[in-house]
Amino acid sequence: MDAIITAFGLVFQPYVLLVILLSAAYGLFVGAIPGLTATMATALLVPVTFFMPPVPAVAAIVTATAMAIFSGDIPAALLRMPGTPASAAYADEAYKMTRKGQAETALGAGLVFSVLGGIFGVLVLSLAAPALAEVALNFSSFEYFWLVMLGFSCAIFIAGRDPVKGIVSLLIGLLIAVVGLENPAGTPRYTFGNAEMMGGIPLIPLMIGMFAVSEILRYAAVVAKPVMATERPFGNVFAGMWTLIKKYPLQLLRGSALGTAVGALPGAGADIAAWMAYATSKRFSKEPQKFGTGHVEGIVEAGAANNSALGGAWIPALVFGIPGDSITAIAIGVLYLKGMNPGPTLFVHNPQNIYAVFIVFMLAQLLMLPLGWMAIKAAKRILHIPASVLMPLILLFCVVGSFAINNSLFGVGVMLIAGILGFCMERWGFPVAPTILGVVLGTMLEEHFFSSLIKADGNFLVFFERPIAGTLGVLCLAVWLWPLARMLRRRPA
Amino acid sequence: MRRVDRWVGCGLTALALAVLWSARGFPDVPGQKLGAAFLPMIVGAGLLLCGVALVARSLRRGAYAEADTAPEVEEHFGSAVVIVGAVLAYLFLSERIGFLLIAPLCLVAVFLALRVRWRTAVLSAIGGTLVVHLAFYKLLRVPLPWGPLTPFY
Repeated sequence: MDAIITAFGLVFQPYVLLVILLSAAYGLFVGAIPGLTATMATALLVPVTFFMPPVPAVAAIVTATAMAIFSGDIPAALLRMPGTPASAAYADEAYKMTRKGQAETALGAGLVFSVLGGIFGVLVLSLAAPALAEVALNFSSFEYFWLVMLGFSCAIFIAGRDPVKGIVSLLIGLLIAVVGLENPAGTPRYTFGNAEMMGGIPLIPLMIGMFAVSEILRYAAVVAKPVMATERPFGNVFAGMWTLIKKYPLQLLRGSALGTAVGALPGAGADIAAWMAYATSKRFSKEPQKFGTGHVEGIVEAGAANNSALGGAWIPALVFGIPGDSITAIAIGVLYLKGMNPGPTLFVHNPQNIYAVFIVFMLAQLLMLPLGWMAIKAAKRILHIPASVLMPLILLFCVVGSFAINNSLFGVGVMLIAGILGFCMERWGFPVAPTILGVVLGTMLEEHFFSSLIKADGNFLVFFERPIAGTLGVLCLAVWLWPLARMLRRRPA
Repeated sequence: MRRVDRWVGCGLTALALAVLWSARGFPDVPGQKLGAAFLPMIVGAGLLLCGVALVARSLRRGAYAEADTAPEVEEHFGSAVVIVGAVLAYLFLSERIGFLLIAPLCLVAVFLALRVRWRTAVLSAIGGTLVVHLAFYKLLRVPLPWGPLTPFY
């Protein structure tokens, strides 16, 4: 109880509240501009949070991402261009509603159900994470080894369409993680005699490259001319929302639950949650024929799902240090920088920091109603800002931000190469999420594998001996064997 | 996508062989049969398999649906090349000529590549540089290089 009171004290300070307000405005702005994603917003925030104490640093990331995932709905409804990939699932639907003169309902549903889904995700996070942490306190290297393997398997088979490309993507991430001195034998690997490579590839410049620079390159290479769907001023976006809540309570609950679960799976985040929720909504709807013609039901379910996924993604991130999506992968990097190393012990030694994160999460959802409303009011002005003027400025920010992490140009080089890599991977159909997972978890995987190996003394069956480790191991094998079995069954037919 | 997969598959196979070749020399963990070479070997072997699989798939008929061909979008790779060039220029010149000179030059180049008008480009480049200088150098105390402007420091 003391910890909770301390946590309130940590959050309700003028400095932290100001950070939350500014990052909320920043998140809404970045999310509303097509081509600037929520992950990019997070990556760009890191150089700034680098200079803050832990609680405001995490608060900035949590708030900005929650806002960005919502405000991605705005250009989806007005330009048919999702502001973030998380809104892509229902961009068509929302745009058609706008064309039918229902812009207020489309945007209002996006806002209200984002908030409700987000609150659901936070509640699950704040109940599940401490309980899981209690279990995780007894985990040994065996359990962690299998958790990491399970995370990799999910990222490959659940998140991606093409498992071969998913595996390649993961292996590239592991290859990046291998670089440096940090390995069981303490020997330099792939450092090419360079002193800075000894420390490994720095995570933050890598993320800035993969998620921000690659987007800038994509923007420069592909020219798209969006058309505004409506020029008239908006009426009351909250009109009729209560009716919608009463009409679609099941959709709201199902979307939020699915979103939280998908968010918690490593490698799958808000965008996949939204696609899955939209598909589920259509399958179980009483009027599936209306989907795709400007029908609000799918927006209700998918809008709730993508915001609840954010809370879900923090569950494995805080408890095991395994990111639930790309955003938490970056956030984990920040937690390490701040000395808040994720893991069950964080819940024992620093519970006030964890509770502070939960409080900030809740605060961000509640703030979203008034701020989101203001963003919708200002939408047309924001959307008229030319991205061609913003992109070069963001590039300069990326360069200086990558430099600032270690005050070294090495970071800028890493950023550039990662940017080109991310750009090419996206063009050639390789998912980026498994790469990030490989980079973040590679060292952890190797460390737990070797300490398990030493304990097992050469007997691989020991990896399955402990009950939880055994279950995780079998689960992991099942994820791999399931698609194989399906392929074999299909072949004779 | 078929032709891309073939070339990427070849590239991955080459990368895999390089990884496997170089991993031979890594030492073992004392008292264990495995060591620093283990993970790179696994990665190398995996990349080799995937690389070969991609090439094999691209040679097989019917592995790709007809609808797989991406819709035609107007593309300007020139602007992307200018962006990469600008970052390279920053990498190699920033220590020599200083942040306050290299940043606006790079920015103007990128603005023009994105077809922003001259006047807007120059003004935004100068404004953007000053804002970043103020935020990172003055507020966050990041030691951005001064170059020949050091006397004005």
